[in-house]
Formats: sequence, structure tokens, C-alpha cells
Amino acid sequence: MTEVTELTRPEGEALNTKEVLLNLGPQHPSTHGVLRLVLELDGEYVERVDPHIGYLHRGTEKLAESFTYTQIFPLTDRLDYLCPPSNNLAFALAVEKLLGIEAPIRAQYIRVMMAELARISGHLLITGALPMDLGAMTALLYVMREREMIMDLLEMITGARMHTSYCRVGGVREDLPDEFFPKIREFCEVFPNRIRDYERLLDNNRVFLNRTQGIGVISPADAIDLGLSGPNLRASGVDWDIRRDEPYEIYDRLEFNVITRQEGDCFARWQCRVDEMRESIRIIEQCMEQMPEGPFQIDMPTIAFPVDKDKVHCSMEALIQHFDLSAYGFDVPAGEVYSAIEAPKGELGFYIISDGSPKPFRMKVRAPSFVNLQALFGVSNARYLADMIAVLGSLDPVMAEVDK
Amino acid sequence: MTVERLFDPVRIIERFGEAVEDLGAAHGIRAFAVPPERIVEFCRFLKEHPALEFNFLSDICGVDHYPEMPRFEAVYHLYSLPNKWRLRIKCRLGDPPEVPSVTGVWRTANWHEREAWDMYGIRFEGHPDLRRIYMWEGFEGFPQRKDFPLRGYKDKLNPFGAEGPPPTQPDLATREIP
Repeated sequence: MTEVTELTRPEGEALNTKEVLLNLGPQHPSTHGVLRLVLELDGEYVERVDPHIGYLHRGTEKLAESFTYTQIFPLTDRLDYLCPPSNNLAFALAVEKLLGIEAPIRAQYIRVMMAELARISGHLLITGALPMDLGAMTALLYVMREREMIMDLLEMITGARMHTSYCRVGGVREDLPDEFFPKIREFCEVFPNRIRDYERLLDNNRVFLNRTQGIGVISPADAIDLGLSGPNLRASGVDWDIRRDEPYEIYDRLEFNVITRQEGDCFARWQCRVDEMRESIRIIEQCMEQMPEGPFQIDMPTIAFPVDKDKVHCSMEALIQHFDLSAYGFDVPAGEVYSAIEAPKGELGFYIISDGSPKPFRMKVRAPSFVNLQALFGVSNARYLADMIAVLGSLDPVMAEVDK
Repeated sequence: MTVERLFDPVRIIERFGEAVEDLGAAHGIRAFAVPPERIVEFCRFLKEHPALEFNFLSDICGVDHYPEMPRFEAVYHLYSLPNKWRLRIKCRLGDPPEVPSVTGVWRTANWHEREAWDMYGIRFEGHPDLRRIYMWEGFEGFPQRKDFPLRGYKDKLNPFGAEGPPPTQPDLATREIP
């Protein structure tokens, strides 16, 4: 690393300095969406940063109060749009807890596999976007190639590339198609080599290393105090992963490592994500091996659509069930639940209060990006403006999730 | 599959006695009702007690129980990283809702409290910077309250809104932007 030499002011010469207010965003390539930062600058140093958010606020929580539980799935897609399947999963789990049901084992495997595909897709973008913010454009083009493979897989299963809405309360919408299995095997084979390619591009890239190593260090105590979760917390050396510590679905049957780094700087946060993609591939491979045959949707006429869709056309009961579920939804017992999963960005929690009706009385989304973005206060005091871009990129906020 | 991890609430009851009401456990989380004036003391106790160590604040959210009285509620979700326990604290608030801020206990409470202020108008006393966070400066009313219409109020920017004058609660948090 190059030494930063302090410029000394000539003796006796008064220099007029003035603090400058700089407005960064809301439209700026490095803010990853519509984020506006009001920066108080002293020369090149950032004295204070005040993020203004809410440019993408859609009132998801208010809207959810007037939607039935099934209608809320598309809303959750639009939270963290880089990885909708894990948002769907978090919501489905919360409602299932309230109902006291569990999805069939095959559905659980499918959901976990989808959530891990989503994790890879989310982490891929940051793998390429952080270097791009710092001037290394190449990696982004390569990660987009692999992201396209995941998009194709998602399209094959769900029919949608981005907003999948694939989970349902008590299972998933449809079973996996046959042509999916060879494709995912091919992906699992190819992808680890591609990760090595990214590392070859960036691990020895002097510019990238100088801009990220030792920059924006967050101590473990600070990270916990600031409520960081996910890779951002683990990069500071705190070993916490909800998949392992409060296993949901079938994560307790799978073997995977929880990646931690001790440095807590931007590079550690970036590297954590790259290594997590390898673990995700391992999880997907295990899911493929262990996945049993069986139903993909719980057999409960009051909650789930009929599995055999042809029945709707020839059975009166199935038709009524289908109509009732579409028009009215299903009642959820009164109660409160907070259910959290390890989303790609961190702890994604849904707090739902039900009053016994088919619509939630209150739904609160504990969005990991919202909390992680707050850490900008904690790290970027009195650092260079250029470092702040690196810190922001490495915290990996998705503005749709920040603004809800 | 969820593993029910419950902790023994005896230490909390020993220390706080009647002031804290044990609401029992549901879906793996034990809940306590705390009067608003003791919330900071209670949170600090949970965070600093060596056997509890609820060092991670997951979430703070506001709830509007309109037309029930007392109308508002602040709900805190805590997590203990060493013990892997979750805990919920519920704090019933009157109208206008006011509760001491826990930003002194966890820094992460800052934005959560700003959000609850913005959406429900819950005033967090002692918050260092209680401004609106999602809605723009100068917005009137608190949109997630149950008596706020889903489409907002009709004005020149919002022709599809509900009829009726917007609420005229003084927006104390609106300040001049630098």
C-alpha cells in the first residue's frame, strides 16, 4: 500500500477552509439505486454523512394489510429484487408458523435450493458491482454471464426471471420440471471454476486491493451494536448464521461451513460473499442428492390450491375450493409471529400480527439492507470521499429493500 | 423445522417483579409487556446481564390497535448472540404515543425509531435525530395508522386519494434541511 503523506501548511500562512455540502444521488451509478447522501466535506474528507432514503418507498407494509396472505407473495418479491425466492421463503415460513403447518419435505428441499440459487444471484452482483464502483469494470461483465444462467434456471422453474413468487403457504407453486435437473447439474459443475476466474481477476488486482483492504473497518462490537447481519457481520468476525443457529426448513440436514473473516474491512466483506457462493453450490448439490419424491404442496383444501389442476374442471368441490381460496383467501389463527431467515443480505424477518382474518393485521418487514445501510454512520467518519463509495458498495444495500 | 429455545424468565421476574408482565411464549419467542417509563432500564438489563446477554436488537416496530385503547404499541425484538434466544418486548402507549428512546442502548435503534415515528407518529424521547425517514419533509399525517386511508388524501398531487382534509397533527419532526 502506498503511504499517505500529510501535506503541511506553510508556517504563518492562513488558509481559508470551508466545509462543503455535497449531494450525492439520488441518481448516481455508485449508490446502487435511488439513495441520496448529503455529505459534509472538509476537503477530501467526509466529516458527516446523512443518508436520505425513501425514494422507492411503496408502502409494502401498509399494502399488505389490505391483501390476503397469498396476494402478499408478489409484494415480497419486490423487496430485495436480486433474490426474490428467499423473500418468498421468509414470508411463507412466518405464515406457516402461525398456521402450525409445515411444507412437505420435497417442497422444503425445493425452497432451500431456490433460496441458495437466489443467494448466489445476489452475491454475484456485488462480486461484480463493488469492483465496478472502484473502476474495475471487467468483473461485472463476467458475473452477469453467470447470473444469466441462474435467471434461465429460475425462468425454467417459475416462468419469471425476476419476480418469481414461487413459494406458497404450505409448499411451492409447481413441481420442478424434468429438464431442470441436467441444467442445474451443469451449473454446479461450471460455477466453481467461474468463481476462481473472478478471484484471478480481482484477488491480485493492486487497485482493487488498495481501495478495499483496511478501508471501512467495523469492529465486532460495533457490528453487533449497529445491528449488522449476514455477510457484513461475519466479515467482522462474528460467527452467526441463522441457517446453522436456528435451522429452518431442512438446513439441519445439510453440511455447510459458515464463512467468517476477521478483518472487518471492505475486502473481507467482499471475500465473505465470494466464499459463501461456494458453500451455496455445496448446499444445492446436497439438495439434489437428498431430494425425495413426493408432493410439492401440502394437502389441505382450506389452505392450498388443489394439486391436480384438472380436478378444478370436473369436481364441484375442487372448483369451490379454488374459487374460495382465490376470492376470500384463508383464515389464519390469531396470534403473533416473528420469523427470521438468513437472506443473502442478512437477517430477513417477518413480524406478523393476525387477528384471525384472511388478511394480516400488521406485517412488519425487518429488512437487512435497511439496517446494514445505517452502518455508514459507523464507519465513514473522517475518511476520504472515495473510500465511502467502497464502504457503501461493500455493505451491499438494495434500495428496494431499504425503502420497502 | 424450528427448535424451541426458551429461556428461564426467573431472573427478569426477580429483578422487575410486578412491573413486567410475562406474556408467555408462542412460536419460539417469549414476550414481555413493559410500561413505557421502564423500557430503557429493562433493555439495558437484558443487554448487560451476564446470563442473558441480549446484545442484538433485531427490530423495533410500531403497531396501531385502533380503535382499541390504549391505541399504540411499540414492539422490540431482541436476540442473544451467545445464547441464541429471541425475546419480544411489548410496550403499550397512549395517544399521543410517547416512549423513551433506546438509542443509548443500541445504536441500531436509530433508524428503527425514525421509521416508527414516520409511520405511526410514536415519539421517542431522547432520540438524537427524530426526523421522517421514508416520507418527505413536510408530509402531514402518519401513513401506517389504521385511520389513514390506503390511497392517502386527495390533493393536487394525488387525485385518487380519499376525500377529507388531511390530518393536522403538528409534524414536530420536520426541520429545515441543510
